Amino acid sequence: MEPTPHPPQPAPDRAGSGFPRTVLGADDAHRALRRLAHEILESRKGAEPPVLVGIRTGGDHLARELAGILARIDGKEPPVGLLDITLYRDDLGDRLDQPELRETRIDFDITGRDVLLVDDVLFTGRTIRAALNALMDFGRPARVLLAVLVDRGHRELPIRPDFVGKNIPTEAGDRVEVVFDAEDRLQGVEVYPRKAA
Amino acid sequence: MNAQAGVAVGKDLLGLKGLPAETVTALLDTTETLLEVGERTVKKVPALRGKTVANLFYEPSTRTRTSFELAAKRLSADVLNVSIPASSVVKGETLIDTARAFEAMNISTVVVRHAASGAPQLLARALQSHVINAGDGSHEHPTQALLDLFTIRRAKGGIAGLTVVVVGDISHSRVARSGLIGLTKLGAHVRLVGPPTMIPVGVAELAEAPGTCTVYHDLDEALEGADVIMPLRLQLERQGAPLFPGRREYTVRWGVDRRRVARARPDAVVMHPGPMNRGVEIAADVADGDRSCILSQVTHGVAVRMAVLYHYSGEPGGAA
Repeated sequence: MEPTPHPPQPAPDRAGSGFPRTVLGADDAHRALRRLAHEILESRKGAEPPVLVGIRTGGDHLARELAGILARIDGKEPPVGLLDITLYRDDLGDRLDQPELRETRIDFDITGRDVLLVDDVLFTGRTIRAALNALMDFGRPARVLLAVLVDRGHRELPIRPDFVGKNIPTEAGDRVEVVFDAEDRLQGVEVYPRKAA
Repeated sequence: MNAQAGVAVGKDLLGLKGLPAETVTALLDTTETLLEVGERTVKKVPALRGKTVANLFYEPSTRTRTSFELAAKRLSADVLNVSIPASSVVKGETLIDTARAFEAMNISTVVVRHAASGAPQLLARALQSHVINAGDGSHEHPTQALLDLFTIRRAKGGIAGLTVVVVGDISHSRVARSGLIGLTKLGAHVRLVGPPTMIPVGVAELAEAPGTCTVYHDLDEALEGADVIMPLRLQLERQGAPLFPGRREYTVRWGVDRRRVARARPDAVVMHPGPMNRGVEIAADVADGDRSCILSQVTHGVAVRMAVLYHYSGEPGGAA
């Protein structure tokens, strides 16, 4: 199903005001996702596609869309698991109120398989560190690869993606949001600049 | 990492009375996600790594204590089990002094079971640590009620609108009290059944909404249209004066057997907080029958206690 194209949106780029600017519209975002799918398949050199594990929230929706695109190109739809990394966060218990947990569901065995972690935004790398720890509790994958829609820089750990939809330079205080519609389909990526001092 | 909204639950879990329905639902929702951990190969998550949970059990208990212990260990917490007869309490140390000693060792959470109603509340006021009530006197047993609520929610798809029959020694049962509060808080109707000597006057007023609790003395009558049947253990060790003529008469009049289960709805389920007196308050073939959720209650108990320990482990001095 192709997304309905809409007219380009004027970006109200008033830095410091907190208004978002659209860095990827719906069309561009979907093109980036399709390009990711092709890159992933090309890298496999004929071997079967990896299993996908989407990191909640955001990475889970993208993993499902990616699986669908891979199925259309290649004829084979890879299994998709969902991973909530809250229990593995490095900042748990620092606050009085614990964050809400979401379901983790990985119904297939990952031992000996290539696992492709999928997330929407790669930032400090701490989420991916937590996801790696969580994955290791589910089994021993042969390899773990990482696909992200957006890499916004500012890594705090030695983590690097294998497949990137778009590199978007940001300030550390900016907020990057990948937008999904009510059916969890990708709608675009917005950056909320940090408010001016 | 993006900051995620925290779920506010307060410092201590002393009972279900006074807990908002949203908090109860949040605890059940967390339980749902933590159930999956018990099905993994590596049944452990690092959520409480570096934190210590102390089980302070002043009353004998195998199942509740091991359930809490397993829950804490699955969250990677360190666990201390304090067995009271073997401890300094025998030498006369007060409850508060014992607990303060643990707090001085930086214990994050104290799980306490005590014969005196209100003991956990006393501790909660005296300690900075989180205090979880694992059963106090005849007052409350919140984690048991939570696991019963979770089991019912899973078996029936929800709680609101259900008719739940609780039969047995209501007056000595903290399980019945917490259960009554929890069930009526989430919209169920509770029927309390037992000999008049075992049902305190005014107990129906504990219900969270008027008219949601009815008292019966005839079990056959109470079972008409029931969705859930919960016999309570006949607590022979707790009673001073005999409150019924004999075990045989109790079983004949209030025992849950196949014939009685057939009076309830065709899809009704049978539960029991354990340990069971087979053949007394519950027939063996009912306990082992296909309507029984008793074993899943035990599985859910670990997940519920993981959810409770997870939510009641934040840094007391930390930002909300």
